[in-house]
Amino acid sequence: MRAKLARWLFFVVAAAVFALCATSWGQESQGMGMESHIGKLTGHARAGAPLYRRFCIGCHGSLGDGEGENAMWIDPKPRNFTLGIFKCRSTPSGTLPTDEDLFETIARGVLNSNMPQWRPLTDQDRADLIAYVKHFSPRFVSEKPGPPIQVPPEPEVTAERIKAGQATFKRIECWKCHGVEGRGNGPSADTLTDDQNRPIKPFNFHDTDRFKCGASDQDLYKIFMTGLDGTPMPSFMDNLKPDDAWDLVFYLRTLQPMHTKAKDIAQQLGLKPINPYAPAK
Amino acid sequence: MAGARRGLPCLLLLAFVFLGSLRPAVAIPAFARKYGLPCSACHEAWPKLNVFGQTFKDNGYQLMNDRDSPIWQNPSYWPVTMRITPHWHRESVNKVGVDTEAGFNSAEVKTMSHGFDLSGLDILSGGTLYNNISFLLVPSFENTGDAFSFESAWVRFDNLLKTPWLNFKVGKFELDNIISEKRGMTLSSQGGGYQLYHFIPLAELVNGSPVINTFVQLGDNQLGLEVMGHSKNDRTRYSVAVISSNDGGVNLPNGNSYSTYITASQAFDTGKLGVQRVGGYFFAGEAPTFYLQQNGANLAGTGTGNKSFHREGAFALFYLKKLDFSVYYQHGWDSPYFGTGTGANQTLPDGARAATWNGAFVETHYTLNPQLIFIQRSEFVRMSQQPLPGIPSSFGNIDAYTFATRWYPIMFSRAGLALHGEYSLVRQQGAAPVSLTSLTGSSVFLGFDFDF
Repeated sequence: MRAKLARWLFFVVAAAVFALCATSWGQESQGMGMESHIGKLTGHARAGAPLYRRFCIGCHGSLGDGEGENAMWIDPKPRNFTLGIFKCRSTPSGTLPTDEDLFETIARGVLNSNMPQWRPLTDQDRADLIAYVKHFSPRFVSEKPGPPIQVPPEPEVTAERIKAGQATFKRIECWKCHGVEGRGNGPSADTLTDDQNRPIKPFNFHDTDRFKCGASDQDLYKIFMTGLDGTPMPSFMDNLKPDDAWDLVFYLRTLQPMHTKAKDIAQQLGLKPINPYAPAK
Repeated sequence: MAGARRGLPCLLLLAFVFLGSLRPAVAIPAFARKYGLPCSACHEAWPKLNVFGQTFKDNGYQLMNDRDSPIWQNPSYWPVTMRITPHWHRESVNKVGVDTEAGFNSAEVKTMSHGFDLSGLDILSGGTLYNNISFLLVPSFENTGDAFSFESAWVRFDNLLKTPWLNFKVGKFELDNIISEKRGMTLSSQGGGYQLYHFIPLAELVNGSPVINTFVQLGDNQLGLEVMGHSKNDRTRYSVAVISSNDGGVNLPNGNSYSTYITASQAFDTGKLGVQRVGGYFFAGEAPTFYLQQNGANLAGTGTGNKSFHREGAFALFYLKKLDFSVYYQHGWDSPYFGTGTGANQTLPDGARAATWNGAFVETHYTLNPQLIFIQRSEFVRMSQQPLPGIPSSFGNIDAYTFATRWYPIMFSRAGLALHGEYSLVRQQGAAPVSLTSLTGSSVFLGFDFDF
């Protein structure tokens, strides 16, 4: 009787272990052939798996759904990779980011969030991590990244351009979310939600000299043109000509806590915040 | 059937290990709570830092994402971690001086003691006071519970002039040892620490204590100030510390002397292998050789007759994926006054000369995953010159070997628990108290290292 019981127990445990292995292996192996390509580097999802487990799982979760064990304490919430939607891209709104976009995001981190700069990791590690992040979303199997938008050469900043940028800020109604002074306190600010219906705050330009998706004028230009997918920040590619976008860049730079030529010019101009309700001249 | 009987425990064990290894590797309380990052983000296996953790530390415990100021934390957040290690250990020493009819300390016997025990308690409180102002406070209790000290207490001003190349720290802090003893992976009493971080030539010791020099402890936290800088990705880093030559003791026990510790290193990205780092250090200073006397004892703070010492060397961290090596080399030099226990107001004995030595260790880690690590360290110290000609050339040489493993069944973001097993053996030539032959000690350590 005892021998029979032991035999049964043996098989039950063996079956349980096998089932666990098979389930785990099934989950892991799906999409594990995913690669990323950054310059001469090739990242492999299989190599990225232990790195993801080490660095990312606490926030983004084992399934990449942004439901890691720390997610409940984090605001803004970690990205849900299964959706294949990313804020920081060089590609048009609604399209997948390039591998380089994700590579840069991991290096740079995401401002005003818990996502740190992962610059200390090796380039290879970051490339492997990107391949693993991509494996969570079927979009990376069925779609290709959009074509990166072209950023034209930056023109010389002038008083006229800054004034034109301020006019654009008013015309395309940036102020509704970002506020008339760019402090993130516009009339719509409290009503904004992200694509998963979670409250989200507009960017306050007075807080920092960086942005969520970079720190340079070119990065800011790209943000207007590509939008931040998954957030209420739309793409203005169809509404802004390149010159208008550069004007807006110069104006917004005058709001940030940094010394720039644009800011000097704005001070000389005595630029005052817009009055959105004033009749257009 | 017998096979099945034998197989069942093995299978259960395998299943246990398998299930355990599936658990996400997360933890380290104070910072993990603040940032929501797994502890494995900063530690190869805690407490050993990985390249990201070193950068976090060098940034002043900041992630640099504009969320570092404590104003972002829930008011109930309290940046405190406690760490203690209940354990069983066995200590064996082959030659201990004991009293006999012939007199005090007149014979040597082998001793062995074992039993359940407790480590001291570290209370680690650290983080930021504001953006770019960081701190660490570590009140520490001995395991007897009646001795309290400040292991660390410093404030640091980070990214001065908006550059990571300039950070300024003042207080009591660990010297900028990339191979950190404070984050050491070995705990046993014989071979748990780095011999070279505490080495004093045996000829300079009387009954295990220095005759006059109490300054040179690279592994001890020191009181002073430090200027430190690094590149944005931390690949290049330097630091310069000016410290009082009091070995971290408060109330100026020695007097008016200072030491300087300078180190710099460069890391290289080697793709799949990892990040390799090489660097060097130079530690030099002065310390008093005699004191004013009061009732026959040294009068604290009146040390004078300063004489010099220095230690210099190189270190490297080599990574081959999961296998890594911490390599350390040291050359040491102590003034003849220290070596012979002579005050600078006296004449040196005939033939007195500087004590010099060379030493090195290689510490190997195999990090199977963030929850299981194997450690081995071999360390050697060789005297190259004794302070007096008549002393045997090998007097004070050390051979030390340590083997350890740590398994972390629990690594949540709120707490961590490591099962720690270790064996170490240390042999020093000439250290036997009576026969002046080689003294060998060994430790076995089995413990539960936890923090929360």
